[in-house]
Amino acid sequence: MKKDNCTEEVYQKVRTICANHHNDSGELITILHQCQDILGYLPREIQEIVAEQLNIPVARVYGVVTFYSYFTMEPKGKYPISVCMGTACYVRGSERILEEFQRQLGIKVGETTEDGLFSLNCLRCVGACGLAPVVTIGSKVYGRLTADKVRDILSDYYLKEK
Amino acid sequence: MKVTIDNREIEVKDGSTILDAAESIGIKIPTLCHMHMHDLNYDNKPGACRICVVEVEGRRNLAPACKTDCTPGMVIHTHTPRVLNARRTVMELILSNHPNECLTCSKNGYCDLQSIAHDLGIRKISYAGEMSHFKLDASPAIVRNMDKCIACRRCEEACNEIQHVGALSAINRGFNAVVGTAFNKDISGSNCTYCGQCVAICPTGALSENSHIDDVLDALADPKKTVIVQTAPAVRVALGQDFGFKPGSNVTGKMVTALRQLGFDKVFDTDFSADLTIMEEGTELLGRIKAAMSGDKDVKLPLMTSCCPAWVNYMEQHHSDLLPHLSTARSPQQMFGSIAKSYWAEKMGIDRRDLVVVSVMPCVAKKYECKRPEFYVNGDPDVNISITTRELARLIRYANIDFPALAESEFDHPLGESTGASVIFGTTGGVIEAAVRTAYELFTGEALPRINFEELRGFNGVRIATIYFHETPIRIGIAHGLANAQKLIEMVRKGDCNLHAIEVMSCPGGCIGGGGQPYHRGNIEVVKSRQEAIYAADREKTIRKSHENPDIIKLYDEYLGKPCSEKAEHLLHTHYYKK
Repeated sequence: MKKDNCTEEVYQKVRTICANHHNDSGELITILHQCQDILGYLPREIQEIVAEQLNIPVARVYGVVTFYSYFTMEPKGKYPISVCMGTACYVRGSERILEEFQRQLGIKVGETTEDGLFSLNCLRCVGACGLAPVVTIGSKVYGRLTADKVRDILSDYYLKEK
Repeated sequence: MKVTIDNREIEVKDGSTILDAAESIGIKIPTLCHMHMHDLNYDNKPGACRICVVEVEGRRNLAPACKTDCTPGMVIHTHTPRVLNARRTVMELILSNHPNECLTCSKNGYCDLQSIAHDLGIRKISYAGEMSHFKLDASPAIVRNMDKCIACRRCEEACNEIQHVGALSAINRGFNAVVGTAFNKDISGSNCTYCGQCVAICPTGALSENSHIDDVLDALADPKKTVIVQTAPAVRVALGQDFGFKPGSNVTGKMVTALRQLGFDKVFDTDFSADLTIMEEGTELLGRIKAAMSGDKDVKLPLMTSCCPAWVNYMEQHHSDLLPHLSTARSPQQMFGSIAKSYWAEKMGIDRRDLVVVSVMPCVAKKYECKRPEFYVNGDPDVNISITTRELARLIRYANIDFPALAESEFDHPLGESTGASVIFGTTGGVIEAAVRTAYELFTGEALPRINFEELRGFNGVRIATIYFHETPIRIGIAHGLANAQKLIEMVRKGDCNLHAIEVMSCPGGCIGGGGQPYHRGNIEVVKSRQEAIYAADREKTIRKSHENPDIIKLYDEYLGKPCSEKAEHLLHTHYYKK
């Protein structure tokens, strides 16, 4: 995974987000939400800038980031895969789908592939239980999925990247 | 309003918690997380430990006494079977994830968890399950063993609210939740200043000093080494507490005897080098004031004291642009080491490498300070080993010394001679009062009309006073606790206080409340009694001004020339770095 994505441009965006919330430490969670949207994760550097802008200890920012499971310090892939493990999806076999993604990509839940293309996560219910089991890749939703379709879906993305 | 606690009707103030109300009639409800430092306005009551639960009539569930305010007519029971059963269950649950190693724990005998478990009569732990395993984090000053953390979060309160350092915060969640540093780094890689207040208030063995007792024992047993010791001003009014003396007992004479019995070749006093600090820092202050009076616009005022290593760390980390305001004078600990390994070693014909300087300090940051590379000469440290007051108490026990029964004796000369001015270094306001006593006489050329400066004393977190050197007003700021120091710095930055000098001590009350002292556990009355003892010790001294210390005068005559001379600059001053 490329580590040089923390550019001055990113930092400037972080500062702007903080400024839009008047550098108010009471807005920390909202600010972190928006900052995570920039790169898909919250690297140390971003947390340090947020702490500096809001004039709070970086330990406190880190405390909030590690408390909420939504926040992550793990870089996200270009195509973040989320497998729904909500009740409906689970009983219709999402666990097998998750296993297949892990096998095909060679990564575990919470990890990102070497080439930075895919990251794999679980989530609880996307509210489309009628389509169970559901997987989202980026903003695209795949419904009524079965494990044998995983390989083809991934191939489409690899082709797109060529 | 009236409330009834354990069948006793009492009158309580509005806003009193059940815990406060009970305490006022001598009912001590046990707590692990609560910490109320009344005079400093710090109140840690996260309601986390749930040990303080009580039964309130008409309320369905049990109430945490520390977080529940009294209401008129409230009827409270603090020791019903239901209450005791709940407390025991809570305690068993805490202990089910606590290493069962009291006998070998650094807090054995000083642990709140241990003593409350004892009071509750816990004889078995009914719950077994997963145990926390965190890596042991040992810095030169502080050791964190978070397996023993009970998540009371007192340390977080001390680090953020009392000290404004912000090195510690609760991190992670659920079973993995723990108080840690940003990005879970080691404490030495964080912005910790090593003030040690987290250690002073930790109820368990999770936080303790990095002990150097064995190094002292090894040095004392080495026939090739001359081993000398220096004791800081605040140690003598606190050490007795670990031997059953009431807080604030001055045990200087017994301490000196004990150190001699331990086998130190010379028992010297950091008070001597505190007097020396005043000579250097006082001269530096006068130099800057005179330069400012003659129109020098670049002179850095206010001058800030530099005796406190945690404060120096704080400045280096948070306010590096203001570093030129810090006095370049080394701390008394380091001045002692430097003079002992130059002047005294030469006088005695001892090679500095065969001389071991041990310091006994009320402080854990001093352990770090003596390891700063600036204080090494050709690889040899000026101060070899720094131990805390608590470690000295332990050493005395190792050596089978019956401390209360000891006869009193005097420090050795010449590095044991001291004045009243140096004794008060141990309390907030003391360093600057000592400096004023000397600077006044040097500035005006006249004897002080009075020796006590009540306006510099007290316990308020930030104090500002004006002292007149004849017609010249000298404005002085004093802060104790780094959060208070931060307030003073903000005033300096705004430029609206026109101060000439600032004294900062990182710990509440100054060194008397230091992180290396017998635990104050947030009880500020203990610290206040030590302050009274310090001022009493000053009053008892015949010589009370640093510049009248005969051995200091001799040191300048024989060796240093005059304050801030080239030799003095070389041996007694230092520089600071942005961190």
